Amino acid sequence: MSGELIIQAVISGLLMGLIYALVAVGLSLIFGLMEIVNFAHGEFLMLAMFTTFWFWALASLDPLLSLPLVAIILALAGILVHFGIIRRLLKAPMLAQVCGTFGLGVALRAGAQFLWTPDFRTITNPLIAGRVQIGPIFIGQPQLITGGICLLSFVALWWFVTRTETGLGLQATAQDRQAAAVMGIPTERMSALGWAIGLGCVGIAGSMLSTFYYIFPEVGVNFALLAFVAVALGGFGSILGSLVAGVLIGLVESLGGLLLDPSYKTLIVFGLYLAVVIVRPHGLFGRF
Amino acid sequence: MSLLLDVKGLTKRYGGLTANADMTFDVNQGEIVGIIGPNGAGKSTLFDLITGFQPPDAGRVLLDGRDITGLRPDRISRLGVARTFQKLKPFPDLTVTENVIVGALARTSDMKTARDQALESLAFVDLLEKRNHFARELSTGQRKRLELARGLAMSPRLILMDEVTGGVDQRTIAGLIELVLELKHRGLTIVTIEHNMQVIMRLADRILALHAGRRIAFGAPEQVRSEPAVVDAYLGTIDDAA
Amino acid sequence: MSSNQTDMLEAARAERLWPRPPLWVAALGAAAIALLLAYPFIFKASFSHHLMILILLYALMAQSWNVVAGLSGQISLGQAIFFGIGAYSSTVLFTKYAITPWAGLLVGMLLSALAAVAIGVPTLRLRGHYFAIATLLIGSSVQIVFQRWDWVGAASGLYVPIDRTSPLFYLQFHTSKVPYYYLALGAAAAGYLVVWKLRRSRFGFRLQALRDEPDAAASLGIAIARHKVLAFMISGAMMSVAGTFYGQYVLVLDPERLFSMEISIIVLLMTVLGGSGTLWGPALGAAILVPLSEFSRIWFGGTGRTIDLILYGILILLVCMWRPSGILSLLEERIRRRTGTHEPAP
Repeated sequence: MSGELIIQAVISGLLMGLIYALVAVGLSLIFGLMEIVNFAHGEFLMLAMFTTFWFWALASLDPLLSLPLVAIILALAGILVHFGIIRRLLKAPMLAQVCGTFGLGVALRAGAQFLWTPDFRTITNPLIAGRVQIGPIFIGQPQLITGGICLLSFVALWWFVTRTETGLGLQATAQDRQAAAVMGIPTERMSALGWAIGLGCVGIAGSMLSTFYYIFPEVGVNFALLAFVAVALGGFGSILGSLVAGVLIGLVESLGGLLLDPSYKTLIVFGLYLAVVIVRPHGLFGRF
Repeated sequence: MSLLLDVKGLTKRYGGLTANADMTFDVNQGEIVGIIGPNGAGKSTLFDLITGFQPPDAGRVLLDGRDITGLRPDRISRLGVARTFQKLKPFPDLTVTENVIVGALARTSDMKTARDQALESLAFVDLLEKRNHFARELSTGQRKRLELARGLAMSPRLILMDEVTGGVDQRTIAGLIELVLELKHRGLTIVTIEHNMQVIMRLADRILALHAGRRIAFGAPEQVRSEPAVVDAYLGTIDDAA
Repeated sequence: MSSNQTDMLEAARAERLWPRPPLWVAALGAAAIALLLAYPFIFKASFSHHLMILILLYALMAQSWNVVAGLSGQISLGQAIFFGIGAYSSTVLFTKYAITPWAGLLVGMLLSALAAVAIGVPTLRLRGHYFAIATLLIGSSVQIVFQRWDWVGAASGLYVPIDRTSPLFYLQFHTSKVPYYYLALGAAAAGYLVVWKLRRSRFGFRLQALRDEPDAAASLGIAIARHKVLAFMISGAMMSVAGTFYGQYVLVLDPERLFSMEISIIVLLMTVLGGSGTLWGPALGAAILVPLSEFSRIWFGGTGRTIDLILYGILILLVCMWRPSGILSLLEERIRRRTGTHEPAP
């Protein structure tokens, strides 16, 4: 086992982990605001990827250029989902909340399969294609840039939530909804904002992901599972937690695949989830 | 009189906040002990510690000489300790009778016996009329009675009541007082958290006064109410003329 | 106690413990039983038998989810685990040791119950969402494990060797589906009988109590963890029975199909649609969704599988948004209002 292989695995794990983190933070935000786990989260990632693909296939728009478009579309979708669906679900018992978003995911997944067939799609030759070489290590340029954009998104999110008035309003709503309402914060709009940001992040992640990953209706399933693990590990409601946990999972998956059997890497990650959640139900940084 | 409940030095801390500090008191068989204290004084936490819903950081709880500190809540309740909750918890999708049957099932596994026991409990709290209604349809006062009936159906030795007269109108309060006195008459030992001074003075054999997690007085009502620390905590004398 | 209460008490005690169902419900029930028993003789087409067999099996599977989620409030998204265990147990025992699938059935139930304990003890103490996610992950993991386990055929799976000599012993019928039908009917009937008794039992009441208000339940002497695990075990065993029958029915097993998330999803969908927590909700859900699925497959061919999933998903979303307690809850509420204790009806 050469040192190079390990470093390669670490780097690719890190970069992948940043994507998991960005997907996870959306889940975390939504749960922090209204205690709903979005079981359709992976499907929104899939939709982001397909949207990027169709922009590219039909309008010849490169993913790097369509990125803001896709992010906005997903954010708008988030607002729609909140007002159209989630608001009603919030009044229902937890069973209905779980099943409701679950059903949404099922419908979206099947809908995608119906519209676009289960075929795998790729975006060939995006603007950012290529490889970067650092010493003996090769890194795909799409992966590298994606990682960078994900990291930037985290920084932007962190700045927004901690330094802007709206962001602080989000935090307040997440910590104590009643108190926030009493203080004049429009909690309803905060929830919608949470969905917008959450799915917007997924939009960014999906858009960049499609520059180097296969695009197909089922693609969201595994990402969603890993995102759940990341959120549970990092702690529901914690932005920093999502980042740390996402990267950690990326690393574990990558190294686990290298050192043990690649087909068991998912099992390792799941084992990690179970271990964490049983021993420390609130995750690393969480409050729930 | 024999000692039924013996609480020694019970302490609970949450990070920097001390909810209960070195709480000590006892309850004799067949008596009514009232617990008073301003909001946030740690009264409900005390109940949680006694009934096993939270583990204490220090101290012991003895039930009839037996150490029940830190036992699981269901074990403690099976030993004959019932409690009501300040935030009422009826089983919303069960009928009133079914709710109380759950309590009765702590003592018997026969459904018919449980049902009959439940009906008796309901008759005692004057809730028979509503027996076929779903629990979620009841008013606050009715829910309080339901919760009481449910606990009583367990045939407990000791019952811990949390704010049984809270949010309830005057007429109902009088009825509840009679109910509690009747329970005492039947041999039940009662510990009750109360805000309503009139009620406490009527009911309690002894009063435990709490402030900021500490015991500031414990003894006969007249003695406690003239205790300077208690007077301070309540910003004035405890007056019956309210 | 006022004399008013005493009189009422007398009257209330005299009431039946389990009230009679209204006449129309009893009549409907009798007609349904007669129809089910005579079904293969009324409808002769093999496809109609196939349809009913699927409905019965799914009704059983949905009821299994109802036990763990509807009655005891634990949202399991991994019921397929037990389905697969049931199918593989009987098949492995048969193909490798020539043990009759009847014994395999029992072994499957036992293994599923053990799996439920192994999974449930560490995870059932978790909050609702965490438990749901854990079951998702474990379900996925079990599928991966079976896909790589050579002893059970790995990804290609197993075939049940065809044997025409002793149909009942080997649980294979090749001339007609009718025996399968009655076996499925028997299994479903047994499952529903168990749940019917459960709901009228101390255990059943306690499950519902801990589902609704775990703190209050604990204060009434209910050992929460133990009850949850027991409910999970019963649920797993029921699912396992369906799995064994399914294996013997299709005679081909592979991890892709048996441990698929689709199965876990569908049993959930059926129960929520029909009414989770009710007795007949799962059956109603199965009766609606199975024909929907089969017919869409016929009409739309290959894409039928996806169309029915789209419909399932939307349906479940709508039900959760507008009527989360399901179709039958409306009916059951009205009946229970008239009586003091637990329903006999839907």
